[in-house]
Amino acid sequence: MSAASTTITHEVPPKSGLRAFVDRLKGGDEIAHLITLIAAAGIILITSLLVLELWRTSYLSRSKFGWMFFWTKVWDANFDNFGAATFIYGTLVTSAVALAIAVPLGLASAIFLSELAPRRLSDIISFLIDLLAAVPSVIYGLLGIFIVVPLMRTTLGPALKHVLGFTPLFSGPNYGVGFLTAGIVLAIMVVPFIISVSREVLLSVPREQREAALAMGATRWESTWQVVVPWARTGIMGSVFLALARALGETMAVTMVIGNNPQISASLFAPGYTIASVIANEFTEATGDLYLSALIELGLVLFLMTFILNGLARLLIVATERGGGRPA
Amino acid sequence: MSEPRIMWRKAVNNVMLTLTGVAAFGVVCVLFLILGYLIYNGGHSLNLNFFTQLPKPVGETGGGMANAIVGSLKLLLLAAVMGLPVGLLAGIYLAEFGGKTFSFIVRYVTDLLNGVPSIVIGIFAYALVVLPVKHFSALAGGVALGIMVIPITVRSTEEFLRGVPNSMREAAMALGASKWKTIATVVLPAASGGILTGMLLALARVAGETAPLLFTAFGNRYWGQGWGQPIASLPVMIYTYAISPYDDWHRQAWAAGLVLLMLVLLSNLGARFILARSKAV
Repeated sequence: MSAASTTITHEVPPKSGLRAFVDRLKGGDEIAHLITLIAAAGIILITSLLVLELWRTSYLSRSKFGWMFFWTKVWDANFDNFGAATFIYGTLVTSAVALAIAVPLGLASAIFLSELAPRRLSDIISFLIDLLAAVPSVIYGLLGIFIVVPLMRTTLGPALKHVLGFTPLFSGPNYGVGFLTAGIVLAIMVVPFIISVSREVLLSVPREQREAALAMGATRWESTWQVVVPWARTGIMGSVFLALARALGETMAVTMVIGNNPQISASLFAPGYTIASVIANEFTEATGDLYLSALIELGLVLFLMTFILNGLARLLIVATERGGGRPA
Repeated sequence: MSEPRIMWRKAVNNVMLTLTGVAAFGVVCVLFLILGYLIYNGGHSLNLNFFTQLPKPVGETGGGMANAIVGSLKLLLLAAVMGLPVGLLAGIYLAEFGGKTFSFIVRYVTDLLNGVPSIVIGIFAYALVVLPVKHFSALAGGVALGIMVIPITVRSTEEFLRGVPNSMREAAMALGASKWKTIATVVLPAASGGILTGMLLALARVAGETAPLLFTAFGNRYWGQGWGQPIASLPVMIYTYAISPYDDWHRQAWAAGLVLLMLVLLSNLGARFILARSKAV
């Protein structure tokens, strides 16, 4: 092959340096290989640089607070005392609420799309759900502020309080903004990810599994719930982890509806604060190197949380697709 | 088997299957609710001034977001210039050249980079571009968005290149074409529709990103003063206007939201259209 390319370059006499270079490039596998390899290695480089920069620029905060950073509830810029506990709590609670709503909803939708709906309908609905995933988060925030928050204050909140008010989760004053509102908005945002990944995983379950269950006299639901879903459960777990990673890192919509008040409260109606939203709100106003460094350390914490979850999710999804999920 | 037991199982079957359908249609309804609210609220406030005028100072009504629309386009251009080539080349590497272990690592890292929260990418761009020169700039915003474009482009490029049948590669090589010539003149053109779609989707996704721009491109109430200065963008404007206490700003936030959503949804639809057409040919 290289012989063929040399003949080509010999037949066309090099008119200019550029022309010769282009010809060499067209013929040269090695150069092409090298250039694309550099691009691929560049991705690894960028990601490593990202970790390095976060680690480097959070040095001040890491050296001053150490592990106490995670347990301290105080966040006081005036006295240079920073702790992440309230933000980590807010991030975990909003994500937990989001998953509590999104997992049943997403799994049910995915079951409908893979097991019940005719292929055409399923494809159309999946397309619409993909569009839902494409809606920018600031637009969810906009709708959150002007639709969900008033709804929570006037209708949904009082109703929940009326029914479940005896538990600490649903007691206390209801301002409309807070953990629950943020969780609901987050749930809507992550549900498309659960649906599209779970649908793929469920569709990859071999047809024989369903037929065997039905032949044994199982109803459609029993074959789905007791055979198909367990078969696909690792992949479904993967989709949940992916959704969780997105929920943890989601910034704008949460910032706009959570109330931005750093506190730990049992009530889901209470306003809170998440890691991502405190970074969004205070980063440009951070005066002093320690303040900025503490915010970047929060970013590092967020990065590590999502990094681990995404890593696990990918492994789980790869494992189901390899582990006999594909029909032979 | 007793009759009531079967009745019970059939009832459970019917109820649960109905519920799954309700869930799926409920989720789809959310999309139409979002569209409906934005068209209703944004349609009222959308006029020619929105596209042609600068924002008015606080207290004065009217004005538009012309600078933010142009700013968003400029940021997208920067992101495309920086992110798309890297993504394309890395995608070609994975599909055509890559070995086993290194490719696996690249793919894994790409997925992880794709999952990094956008606000963390913002911090990265801040540390990389803003900190050394000590002021916010359009360039920093472009870097942040460009990094986000890379992983999406890589995976879609690889996927569509893999979709090209091997017989086409073998035919080109049997005619004496070198590997690179095969890729450049046979494989890439065959996959071009899909690759273009992937790029369009990547840009559509970062077009709506707000978090990484807050402390990189920052914002600007006037026309930008070049690539080295802060620049306005639609998503950041929506955010600032939505959390402001002024009714007139809320009105404009809805209008901007409608424009942004239309932009994003239309590029998604356009991408599907390109894909469908390139498959049909």
